[in-house]
Amino acid sequence: MKPLDRRLLRYARTTRTYLADCVALGLAVAGLLIAQATLLADMITGAFLDGRSLSDLRTPMILLGAVVIGRALVAWMQEVAAFRSSAAVKAQLRSRLLEHTVRLGPGWLSEERSGELATLAIQGAEALDGYFSRYLPQLVLGCLVPTAVLSWVLRADLVAGVTIALTLPLIPIFMVLVGRAAQRKMDRQWGTLSLLAEHFLDVVAGLPTLKIFGRAAAQTQTITTITGDYARTTMSTLRVSFLSALVLELLSALAVALVAVAVGLRLLAGELGLSTALLVLMLTPEAYWPLRQLGIHYHASVEGVAAAQRIFAVLETPVPPVGTRVDLPDLASSAVRVEDVTVKYPGRAEPALQGASLDLLPGEVVALVGPSGCGKSTLAALLVGFVRPDRGRVLIGERVLAELDLDTWRRQVAYLPQHPRLFAGTIADNVRLGAHLASDDEVRRALHTAGAGFVERLPTGIDTPLGERGSGLSAGQRQRIALARTFLRDTPLVILDEPTSGLDVESEATVLDAMRQLVAGRTALLVTHRPALLTIADRVVRLDRVAVAA
Amino acid sequence: MSSLLRVLVFARAVRGRLALAVLTGALALGAAVGLMATSAWLISRAAEHPPILTLMVAIAAVRALSIGRGVLRYAERLVGHGAALGVLRELRVAVWKRLEAIAPAGLPEYRSGDLLTRLVADVDAVADVLLRVMIPAAVAAVAGAGTVALVYWLLPSAAVTLLATMLFAAVAVPWLIARAGRRTEQRLVPLRGRLTALAVELIHGAPDLIAFGAARRRLSLLASLDGELAKAQACSARTTGLAAGLTALAAGLAGWAALALGISAVHSGAFSGVALAVVVLIPLAAFEGVTMLPPAVQHLQRGRRSVDRVSEVLDRVAPVREAAAPVALPSAPYTVRVVGLRAHWPGAGTPALNGVDLELRPGRRVAVVGSSGSGKTTLVSVLVRFLDPSAGQVTLNGTDITTLASDDVRCVIKLCAQDGHLFDTTIEENVRLARRSATPEAVRAVLAQVRLLEWVDSLPEGAQTPVGEHGARVSGGQRQRIALARALLADPPVLLLDEPAEHLDLATADVLTADLLAATAGRTTLFVTHRLAGLEAVDEVIVVHSGRVIQRGSHAALIAVAGPYRRMWDRERAAVDPV
Repeated sequence: MKPLDRRLLRYARTTRTYLADCVALGLAVAGLLIAQATLLADMITGAFLDGRSLSDLRTPMILLGAVVIGRALVAWMQEVAAFRSSAAVKAQLRSRLLEHTVRLGPGWLSEERSGELATLAIQGAEALDGYFSRYLPQLVLGCLVPTAVLSWVLRADLVAGVTIALTLPLIPIFMVLVGRAAQRKMDRQWGTLSLLAEHFLDVVAGLPTLKIFGRAAAQTQTITTITGDYARTTMSTLRVSFLSALVLELLSALAVALVAVAVGLRLLAGELGLSTALLVLMLTPEAYWPLRQLGIHYHASVEGVAAAQRIFAVLETPVPPVGTRVDLPDLASSAVRVEDVTVKYPGRAEPALQGASLDLLPGEVVALVGPSGCGKSTLAALLVGFVRPDRGRVLIGERVLAELDLDTWRRQVAYLPQHPRLFAGTIADNVRLGAHLASDDEVRRALHTAGAGFVERLPTGIDTPLGERGSGLSAGQRQRIALARTFLRDTPLVILDEPTSGLDVESEATVLDAMRQLVAGRTALLVTHRPALLTIADRVVRLDRVAVAA
Repeated sequence: MSSLLRVLVFARAVRGRLALAVLTGALALGAAVGLMATSAWLISRAAEHPPILTLMVAIAAVRALSIGRGVLRYAERLVGHGAALGVLRELRVAVWKRLEAIAPAGLPEYRSGDLLTRLVADVDAVADVLLRVMIPAAVAAVAGAGTVALVYWLLPSAAVTLLATMLFAAVAVPWLIARAGRRTEQRLVPLRGRLTALAVELIHGAPDLIAFGAARRRLSLLASLDGELAKAQACSARTTGLAAGLTALAAGLAGWAALALGISAVHSGAFSGVALAVVVLIPLAAFEGVTMLPPAVQHLQRGRRSVDRVSEVLDRVAPVREAAAPVALPSAPYTVRVVGLRAHWPGAGTPALNGVDLELRPGRRVAVVGSSGSGKTTLVSVLVRFLDPSAGQVTLNGTDITTLASDDVRCVIKLCAQDGHLFDTTIEENVRLARRSATPEAVRAVLAQVRLLEWVDSLPEGAQTPVGEHGARVSGGQRQRIALARALLADPPVLLLDEPAEHLDLATADVLTADLLAATAGRTTLFVTHRLAGLEAVDEVIVVHSGRVIQRGSHAALIAVAGPYRRMWDRERAAVDPV
């Protein structure tokens, strides 16, 4: 892994200022460390060997006090800078990610991807915390402090300086060597770990089933055994992975011991002054400390770096070209024509739609039927501009849909997806989704026409808050609220994808009446496999399963 | 505090290893302090040019301590992790045993996968509290006390300032963080929650939002919320920063005070100059243990909620009271009789069932129909003893089932639930769960009965095909059929089928129902459903509404008269596919 991904600088501008802050603060840390060690060494020597009193040492004592306060201030500023910029970077990456997702559109955002993206936008961005607020500043410190300390020690005493200069590089080398061996084992271990958590979750979720079949008690033994096995394998991994910390700790401690003993012996021989010896003794551990810390924070950063790389992969997905024409033909007089369209989703062998053609004349209500998997929903998504034809074209009057500005086009279309989504907020907010300036009366009218009269009977009416995904309502009620959206949108073209799937017969009947009203005087495409819906269509078009490629 | 005590109770079994971890950790820190002190003494003493022999012990000590520090730290981490893993095992088993007693009726979480996931993660988090909070805190306390004692032996006044600054950094600063942390957490949690909800909605609801031109407004709402969150986080950064600053200040002050006190003591002749460097340099090393405490406090805050949630589950009252001395199970054939049954779900005010009577005689099949929320599932839960009746009784050959061991009841009465869980293993293993001793041929026979055999044989791995997490790799209809095959393999004297065709599209549902009715012919069966197709095959139909029986009789008799059943039947028929 590269220590710093350049893309981070590109996508999150705050990173640049932050890096500059880190360097400035790192220099301050190194300077204050050296100042403190020098002052302490001089004063101890003065008092011990030269018999100085506290009043003789007043000035250096005050200076030392200032250094102490300075170090406290720098420590405070380091934390503030780290968390502040980490928060800003998270926000920047998150908005970029979500914006780009919207630009890529639902065609790209297939069902399995959306779960992963949601995780990435929330937990993924949060995982960057470890990287930004811990690893990155430590990386800067790890470069600056040892260099500064080493050059100072070299100036004070060549032999001690050379000892440090020779042992210091061993730290990153061993870190890499031991780290790699441990990492391989860790990776395997993480595999078992998540497998175990999954197993536990699986049996907990299936507990009612296990109880029914009298197998729950037997599972107690299994869980004890498995967790015990897990503890044993984990311990064997930890023995190796803690080795890297042990090696680093031993290296730095031995280096300190080496320097201390060597300095002590040379002091004994009179080759060195006490003040220099104390300075070297105090500074030596400081040269190793940031590197050891870097090793500790490295693991915390790995997760963040992986998340960042996944975010970048999304950001670098090219957005399909979009049309720009805003001169839409009038849908009251122009037909919508699908001409020999083939759609293939990436990663699927079979095209979702092959050579499909369909005409929607102005004011016509067409029902699209066919077995599941034949591409009905893809055809609907095609008309809303969510997917683009790989072959063939969609014509609106004389214009090709691909050339049109999609926002302008979608203002002419009301679309009810197969599983319409209700959002947290009031019922009114949900109905206003496509017409946010609509008045309360207009919302009530739309609900009434959509057969959602039950809303008026709720104690707080259209201001009733809905839980996430519209919890608290039945499937039929949710569907009718989503339908009210399309009423309020009031567009010349209506596309309804399986508007009654998942409804019981009673609910279907109410929704059906509402739908009859909706399609009156509009061009409409109804995707369905339910016979009841066919009664409101002027024409039924049958779409057959894609022929299996030879 | 009670949460911490709770963790200690969980950790009882590993207290020896815990004590060892604390001891080695404290010794490791002590070695670091000792290394600094000995080195300082060695150098100071060398400055007096004594014979080299007087320094040999110190030289050896420096080398030993430098090695000891690393080795002891390694030992501490290993022992500590071992203890935490031991606690994890105890806790998993404890949670499992409790869940076994209360699931599913005593745990509303069973309806939400998210909450269940969290519970499992919480168990891991409790072990983490031990490792990241308890051990570091104890190590810092023991090592700190030792260091202060060492300094006291050298220069008592410096020991006082060291103790004061260490207490400030170890107690006052974490307290400050905890207090400020709670405050910012109160601001952050709702903000983060709203942000998460909005982001998830944006991604999952993208088709609706984009189609209705509402995506851009959502994005700007999200951006402003994210800005607010960043501001709140920057605010909390000031507190964590303050903590870091104060800890650094305390460490610096300890050194400064030791130096000032030491210089005057040396000057007045009360203190040997050789030890001056020792007293000054010890604080530099001693604060290493204290700096581990602020992160520990943050871990504790996160961990405490997990501990509370786990404790809450462990303390949950079981919805079913097991008979202290269960009576023996009556022998087959079995008649189940429900008399005046009333039942509540835990925490619910109104009864889900109120005065239901029912008789299920050997070999007879009874259907219970009604819209969702009418109490059908409650009835089934009482019959398999997931829930106790609040009035009335259920008898098995005349014996009240609450006087029987509930496992015995479930040996007789088995349920195939509407969301029967498939385990993340093969098809065969999932079916065989019902009867471990079943031969592959027996498994094939039940798979054939639920009309899955042809499909299973068409799979490259046949019955050894894994079904994936929660059966994700098979379709909804196949999932239900596998669950059904499992119930049939168990071959229970009484079979309960709770909405086996729920969550399926109508065509699939009706085919499955027909297969089901064929497979259960001649078996004592209670069939719960809201679809009426195929019910002409059962012996009796009971219509429930709001927890009460409103109609009963044979299918033919019920459709012959005007009434709720007839209305449901007409509506269902009107919707039947003419194709």
